[in-house]
Amino acid sequence: MAKSVLTVGLVALGLVWALAQTAQADDMKRYVVAGSQAAKLESCVEPTELMRRQHMEFIKHQRIATVHEGIRIEKYSLSGCVDCHISYNAEQIPQPINQADQFCGACHAFAAVNLNCFDCHAAVPNGTPLDAAAMAAHDAAGVAAQVQSHRDGENH
Amino acid sequence: MGKIIDMKDDNDAIDPQRRAFLGVAAGVTAAVTVAPGVLLHTVDAAPRAEPVTSDVRWGLLIDTAKCVDGCSACVDACHHENGLNLQTMPAEQAVKKWETQKPAWVRKVKLQDNQTGRMTTLPLMCQHCDDPPCVDVCPTGASFKRADGIVMVDRHLCIGCRYCMMACPYKARSFIHGDVHGQLTSVPRGKGCVESCNLCVQRRDFGQESTACVDACAAEGHHAIVFGDLKDPDSTICKLLNEMPSRQLREDLVLNTGVRYSGV
Repeated sequence: MAKSVLTVGLVALGLVWALAQTAQADDMKRYVVAGSQAAKLESCVEPTELMRRQHMEFIKHQRIATVHEGIRIEKYSLSGCVDCHISYNAEQIPQPINQADQFCGACHAFAAVNLNCFDCHAAVPNGTPLDAAAMAAHDAAGVAAQVQSHRDGENH
Repeated sequence: MGKIIDMKDDNDAIDPQRRAFLGVAAGVTAAVTVAPGVLLHTVDAAPRAEPVTSDVRWGLLIDTAKCVDGCSACVDACHHENGLNLQTMPAEQAVKKWETQKPAWVRKVKLQDNQTGRMTTLPLMCQHCDDPPCVDVCPTGASFKRADGIVMVDRHLCIGCRYCMMACPYKARSFIHGDVHGQLTSVPRGKGCVESCNLCVQRRDFGQESTACVDACAAEGHHAIVFGDLKDPDSTICKLLNEMPSRQLREDLVLNTGVRYSGV
């Protein structure tokens, strides 16, 4: 009897956890910087369904073009993900996008997929030569100063 | 029979024509395989839109007579530009070990002629060889030479074996032993990969004129480093190379380096 109660309890706990994760992933998956390029679009650089399943393939091919051929205007870009989907706390400090409650991190936690991109890549906009559109968006959101202030990484 | 012996004798020498042929053959194969599925789009903007070509070859000319002993402006600028200053000594590591292992894309080196006592000081970085030994030995293709002559590491492919560090005659590469945090967007770097000077490749692709070390040296008023296109006869670097005597370091290795030194 005690064993079955324990089992039911564990299952219930698991379900609550899964629900919480789902809710968090659900919350985060629509997040974009207000006023950013992405905010004005119906979907990301590809239809949402395609992005959810294929985003890793897109950036995997793009990285060859960028690293080996020096092409910097590819449609797909990891820093592009960060530029539009980064979120800021009350003090306007950007939150690393791979944190478990952020855009990339929440979904990867839900899907139980390791996220290694940000072992090397910047998880916040950090000294990037932002293009004019992204710059305007960050200006409008009142966060440009913070993005620039992290140029030398000394605040990390 | 005589012909076979002749061929065997030639084996020791690197045959650039054979290399060039193999390169073209590989390129043609790749183009045929890749082209049907790939559509490269072109936009007129500041960031590079077209693949780099071998119409340019980037290089540096370092005038050691102008390089000042005790000045480390180029090293500091490199660290700042590429985020090398993000790493600090791990608490458990010995200072001496850290000093020899910490990332250094450019080092200040002092030379002394033992017979005359003449001291020379110079910045030493990746020499961007035309025939880079690091690329020869890399087992994964991570170490590669870009079409514009920049020798660099594709960190996606690097497995951290450090064979290239052994192969480099200039001790120009370093290895990241620990976790890195707060990387710059333009210079992704992390634990377990080899790295070295890439002639500020992020600046190249966004159409900027020079490298961080050149700017810093000029800002100090020394102007010891000149950056430019070795294939453009009208570039400042080519004109200077034409005028003043310069050398490749370890020219006996016939690597045809992209970084040249005068006064050594």
